[in-house]
Amino acid sequence: MAYAIEVRQASKRYGAVQALDRVDLNIAQGEFFGLLGPNGAGKTTLISLLAGLARADSGSLKVMGHDVTCDYRRARRALGVVPQELVFDPFFSVRETLRLQSGYFGLRHNDAWVDEIIQRLDLEDKADSNMRSLSGGMKRRVLVGQALVHRPPVIILDEPTAGVDVELRQGLWKFIRELNVAGHTIVLTTHYLEEAEALCARIAMLKQGRIVALDTTRNLLQHVSGARLRLRLEPDELPPPLERYSVGTKDGSRILQLPDCASVEEVLARLRESHIQVQEMEVMQADLEDVFVQMMRRH
Amino acid sequence: MPSFLTLLQKELLRFWKVSFQTIAAPILTALLYLLIFSHALASHVQVYPGVSYTAFLIPGLAMMSLLQNAFANSSSSIIQSKITGNLVFVLLSPLSPLEMFGAYALAAIVRGFVVGLGVLLVTLYFADVPLQHPLWALIFALLGGGMLGALGIIAGIWADKFDQLAAFQNFVIIPLTFLAGVFYSVNTLPPIWQVASHLNPFFYLVDGFRYGFFGVADVSPAASAAVVSGCVLGLTAVNLRLLAGGYKLRH
Repeated sequence: MAYAIEVRQASKRYGAVQALDRVDLNIAQGEFFGLLGPNGAGKTTLISLLAGLARADSGSLKVMGHDVTCDYRRARRALGVVPQELVFDPFFSVRETLRLQSGYFGLRHNDAWVDEIIQRLDLEDKADSNMRSLSGGMKRRVLVGQALVHRPPVIILDEPTAGVDVELRQGLWKFIRELNVAGHTIVLTTHYLEEAEALCARIAMLKQGRIVALDTTRNLLQHVSGARLRLRLEPDELPPPLERYSVGTKDGSRILQLPDCASVEEVLARLRESHIQVQEMEVMQADLEDVFVQMMRRH
Repeated sequence: MPSFLTLLQKELLRFWKVSFQTIAAPILTALLYLLIFSHALASHVQVYPGVSYTAFLIPGLAMMSLLQNAFANSSSSIIQSKITGNLVFVLLSPLSPLEMFGAYALAAIVRGFVVGLGVLLVTLYFADVPLQHPLWALIFALLGGGMLGALGIIAGIWADKFDQLAAFQNFVIIPLTFLAGVFYSVNTLPPIWQVASHLNPFFYLVDGFRYGFFGVADVSPAASAAVVSGCVLGLTAVNLRLLAGGYKLRH
């Protein structure tokens, strides 16, 4: 079975900036995949290459087995992209926008699906309003609708929840999750790392055009080294040997970053020796943000 | 085919939704030209025997409006979509370069045709204009719309900002249309300017179109049609090359 997305040694340079540097990436059909990285890491460049909005300097990219350059018609039919920028055509209403997008993909009489998209994205009240009159969040939802209108097997969402309020965001994710369960491959870029952690089964982290981490979300979280300890002490002081672990305080508690879980025992022993009582203790789970920060520092 | 038809439909809707600006306004401008020029010159100038100056002006003005509006349609659509970013919806679709070119060019032809026809209908009230060779008039109207539509696509793709497009329009398109013999027969010009006029492809469009009405022209309509067809083919080739290569569109 062809990969949903297959990237081989893809490179792209804009002037002096190496936006992508020999990137290799396979995303299987049906995955919910996260593409993370700081601004300028190459996420949008990679998406642009896959979508045919930019041309790779070297390497090859395929969507559902179709080369994005030689077989661009099939590759684009297989791909729905929600662009990062809030763009719209001011001449048309929401329904007209979705119908036109459907027509660009050769689909006519697609009104039942267009109506369902309008309903699922909670756009019914605005269906016949001009795009100009919509709020930013509404426009964002229309962009999602446009990406889905031709029922592509692969959907790429480039920062889809930027500027969307919490309620709408949850509705959007419910819809996207259902699409994933129905077999659509989802590729997501987001700055909300908790979203990526909750949704994506596998994650690639990019930095300066290179993939610096690529693994399942679970493995990435397990591999983050060290443990974080929250302690409320009486008296509120740390024995000098433990000062090196201190990374700050939070709500009257001290936060210690330990090299590994075994170090918890050493901390407790030192506290006992110094006759400092532990009133509260919590071993905090590493989250994707910790992994992200660690990866970005390491590379 | 449905992809092409959808883009064509979108392009037609785009100008139709603002038809006051895209159709009515250029018709009014042409009418003002006719009223002013015919008032000032009708008693002084007779270009062809038996044809009043007002009648002579009408096909030229119709063709000039057709050309300028065909150019405006494709160029403004593309640059607006480029600058506002919504061209991405077309670029993400499986539309081929030929389909994109065809849709933008055909919409430009339709807009030019509608404006040109509007100018004719409004101005015919002021003079009797025969239509001796309607097929020639139609051929030149289509070729003119296609040529300027194609030129508009190139300008829209090339220009990075509205200022550059306005420069292209004001320093290339408008001078070439004004100097194409809309207001005079080039045979009345000094020899050097006659030669210069014959280097202007727009001249053949105006001259050939006028032949369709009066059966008289400075150049034979077949020769004009050949020159213009050559230009249309050349511009089509340039367009397809730009669109296929993604020049300034797919970075």
